[in-house]
Amino acid sequence: MNSISKYFSDLFKGISSLWAGMRVTGKYFVSPGQIVTQQYPENRATLKMEPRFKGEIIMPHDENNQHACTGCGICEINCPNGSIEIITDRVPNADGKLERVIDKHIFHLSMCTFCGLCVKTCPSDALAFGQEFEHAVFDRHKLTKVLNQPGSSLKKEAKK
Amino acid sequence: MSEEIIKDVIVRENEDYIINMGPQHPSTHGVLRFEVCLKGETVKYLIPHIGYIHRGIEKMCEADTYQQIIHLTDRMDYLSAHINNEAVCMVVEEAMQVEVPERVKYIRTILDELNRLASHQLWWCAFGMDLGALTAFFYGLRDREHILDIFEESFGSRLLHSFNTPGGLMHDVHPNFQKRTKEFITYFRKKLPEYDQLLTGNIIFQERVKGVGYMSREKAIAYGVTGPSARGSNLACDIRKIAPYGAYDKVQFNEILMTEGDTFARYQVRMGEMWESMKIIEQLIDNIPEGDFTAKMKPIIKLPAGEYFKRVETARGELAVYVVSDGNKTPYRMKFRSPNFSNLFVMNELAAGGKIADLVAISGSLDLVIPDIDR
Ligand code: SF4
Ligand code: SF4
Repeated sequence: MNSISKYFSDLFKGISSLWAGMRVTGKYFVSPGQIVTQQYPENRATLKMEPRFKGEIIMPHDENNQHACTGCGICEINCPNGSIEIITDRVPNADGKLERVIDKHIFHLSMCTFCGLCVKTCPSDALAFGQEFEHAVFDRHKLTKVLNQPGSSLKKEAKK
Repeated sequence: MSEEIIKDVIVRENEDYIINMGPQHPSTHGVLRFEVCLKGETVKYLIPHIGYIHRGIEKMCEADTYQQIIHLTDRMDYLSAHINNEAVCMVVEEAMQVEVPERVKYIRTILDELNRLASHQLWWCAFGMDLGALTAFFYGLRDREHILDIFEESFGSRLLHSFNTPGGLMHDVHPNFQKRTKEFITYFRKKLPEYDQLLTGNIIFQERVKGVGYMSREKAIAYGVTGPSARGSNLACDIRKIAPYGAYDKVQFNEILMTEGDTFARYQVRMGEMWESMKIIEQLIDNIPEGDFTAKMKPIIKLPAGEYFKRVETARGELAVYVVSDGNKTPYRMKFRSPNFSNLFVMNELAAGGKIADLVAISGSLDLVIPDIDR
């Protein structure tokens, strides 16, 4: 007798517990306003990342195609995994002295861990984080980027 | 005493029926392999095989400066990334005898608790999914997204922040940080009871977790189990209480303890900890003092020769960092005592004698993060 009543009480307890869960899901089913799912990639045009988002390393250039990188190599030393390679050149300046300029600032996105040390330690604030996050490519060589644009030069005020 | 508790020698016999669970089994949440010996449906013994995702983080640390080490610790227990960072930072700060500003301590503690909340939410979704409650998975992730958005706004990344740096923080938190965190706490206080309605009270779930995977207090001590898994066996081991760091000495909170020691007890500890985390954040969020976000540090940090040790409470237990320095800018030796490593090896004790179907519930209730085991 006891086991039969236990059987039925368990059965009703089970049904009521399932009902409690169904109530929660049902509540969302009838109020679609509370649904937060985003329709990516359809919403690409309106999708905005936060301004601080660490998408990739970029070197901002101004309208005269000038950047602030002096080629000091501090970012290369601070990068924990060798994602940055600095290739510098020596060109004569107005006085005829040889001066160090950046030739290529190479950034390997495939190795970068977005630790932020390069952006933080750059003495002339030449680097920044970009907002791009769709990094998938078919060829991994495309993930190696040269950050200083061709033909770019050093900003006047950034010169030491 | 320990000989009685730890069956350290497992004798393999020829007629044993052995199946491998993992390394790609969905419920191990990473590359971990259990060698399970079965007798019918009953587990005779279980041997965890680790090392599939070993990256040699401790060795890599020996080649990195103290600032560079931070980003490696993110990648151990990636769900407690901020707390791992803090452990290394605190070792360096103690060795250099730097007093970090109060503002940093408060922000670090708030972020620790947000991190713990996010981690427990993900554990809750994954645990539900392992036991067949797929709805739980979506509900948990939905709420976790709010925390990740706060993280993204302040430090630009959602999971692996690298936001701590020896001496303080990389940069200040976003001006919206306080407002959004308070909004989240109000929101989550309403949503957390839904978790109980959806999963905790569910009859199928209860039948699968109650009385399964019993761990006694003695076993928890013998195996060095820490964190919520040990607190489910009534072992008070919360570093936040034993050796408060950050701003934990300024807040009131309870250490959740359960006496049952089964899977359901470990589940309840984590659910309780979510409420406690919200309590801690609420006490701190309005009182963040003004000030610098970092103490003055030299650009090249050289620890004085010697040994340094510090421990913190991550979402999974006790993480201890031990540094030997010979006075150079890189450590001579770096050792992490990670919580998951100890928590994993108690599995045999919990699973042996039980059914194979309970294995998923047991490993889920220990909340293992495999990269933390292998490092
Ligand atoms: S980006 Fe900055 S740190 Fe790197 S080489 Fe240029 S100036 Fe130096
Ligand atoms: S973010 Fe870190 S890993 Fe990436 S390039 Fe900069 S220093 Fe290197």
